[in-house]
Amino acid sequence: MIVIVDFGAGNTRSVLFALQRIGADACLTADAAELKEANGVILPGVGAFGRAMERLKRGNLDAALVDSVSTGKPLLGICLGYQLLFSESHEHGHHVGLGLIKGDVLSFGKGVKIPHMGWNSVEYRKSSCLFEGVENGTFFYFAHSFFVRPAEHAAALAVTDYGGEFVSSVQSGNVFGVQFHPEKSAGAGRVVLENFCRLCRVS
Amino acid sequence: MLAKRIIPCLDIKGDRVVKGVSFKSLADAGDPVGCAVEYQRQGADELVFLDITATLDTRETMVNLVTDIAGEISIPFTVGGGIGSVDHIHRLLDAGADKVSINTAAVYTPELIGEASKIFGAQCVVVAIDAASGDGAWKVYTHSGGRPADIEVVRWAKEVEERGAGEILLTSIDSDGHKAGYDKELTASVAEAVSLPVIASGGAGGPEDIYAVLTGGKADAALAASIFHYGAFSVGEVKEFLAERGVTINSFQKRT
Repeated sequence: MIVIVDFGAGNTRSVLFALQRIGADACLTADAAELKEANGVILPGVGAFGRAMERLKRGNLDAALVDSVSTGKPLLGICLGYQLLFSESHEHGHHVGLGLIKGDVLSFGKGVKIPHMGWNSVEYRKSSCLFEGVENGTFFYFAHSFFVRPAEHAAALAVTDYGGEFVSSVQSGNVFGVQFHPEKSAGAGRVVLENFCRLCRVS
Repeated sequence: MLAKRIIPCLDIKGDRVVKGVSFKSLADAGDPVGCAVEYQRQGADELVFLDITATLDTRETMVNLVTDIAGEISIPFTVGGGIGSVDHIHRLLDAGADKVSINTAAVYTPELIGEASKIFGAQCVVVAIDAASGDGAWKVYTHSGGRPADIEVVRWAKEVEERGAGEILLTSIDSDGHKAGYDKELTASVAEAVSLPVIASGGAGGPEDIYAVLTGGKADAALAASIFHYGAFSVGEVKEFLAERGVTINSFQKRT
């Protein structure tokens, strides 16, 4: 069972639908205890970083996520969920994140349109089981105004060019993250989700 | 590099597609889910569904339809038509829509833009601007183009950006339905005035019009209805035309 953390930050249902389409056993939950039963966890989300962290804390979901990762279960952060994996964010002030990956979240500078919205290519920096079967340079769907800066280069799986390169996917042990929306990225996104499910041994 | 987007738009009445979509491959051309799946197959980047009846009675129908569409397609889609409250937006997003498009309500209650943006994120708040020229200036119209609002278009575009919109869907009422090309000057003037993505709408007659608005018109995306619905061109054909001329598009070819 893949558990999708539903903390009221939108778009969670799209992730559930995408997993159902590939035949994965998945559910939405806001209950920290359910994370213990999961084979793997997805942290989705759109919206504001600070508000999202507050909601995770209110449901003790922050601690449950850290616990889940420590037991070796795969975790996939998507979009805002990806940014929440990092230590801190400078989105409208300063906010502390889950700290599962060292690094911070910053705003795109001037000179590009914000949000970064639409299909952009993802260029690999190293091979990963997450992108197995997806050709380098494939387009994925993005919709975000902030980007992550991992403290360690080794964490970067892929980069994307938007007024300069930013890290669009990371992996640190069993923690994975993608800035794009695999659930909205047609066939290529489907392959990424299938790969994640395989990691969780649910498909 | 970020790709330019091609966005087919479907008008919905009740739970049916209107304005005669005619795909040979579809047994039921009025079925929104079937049309959505077909457009995804053709390589559409996103879809827009406009509820053209948009009464309180049909609101529930649309919410259910959104869930059906979200269950079947894996590209983003926007829902518009008669959206006027945070609660209504919440219901549509919760049902599976990726973005909502606000038009008349944005003009009459502009604080809705900021409220929605704060709660759901700017990326899901599209402000639709219907523009018509007159007295040498482009003015905003509401109520499906039926009522002038006496606001200058570029000024309004800047205001919606400040208020927290994530995208602008700009329709030229003058060009809409004429298939003689988008209004490139209007589109460029808005695209240059704001740092939000701008979707051009109204006037597509063929791939060359889409090329023109994405290049000279400086649009980030082009929305079209009839050229796709009647099968004059497929989305794939338009993208091929653009790619041959050096426009970055997602052909959806690269995969495995």
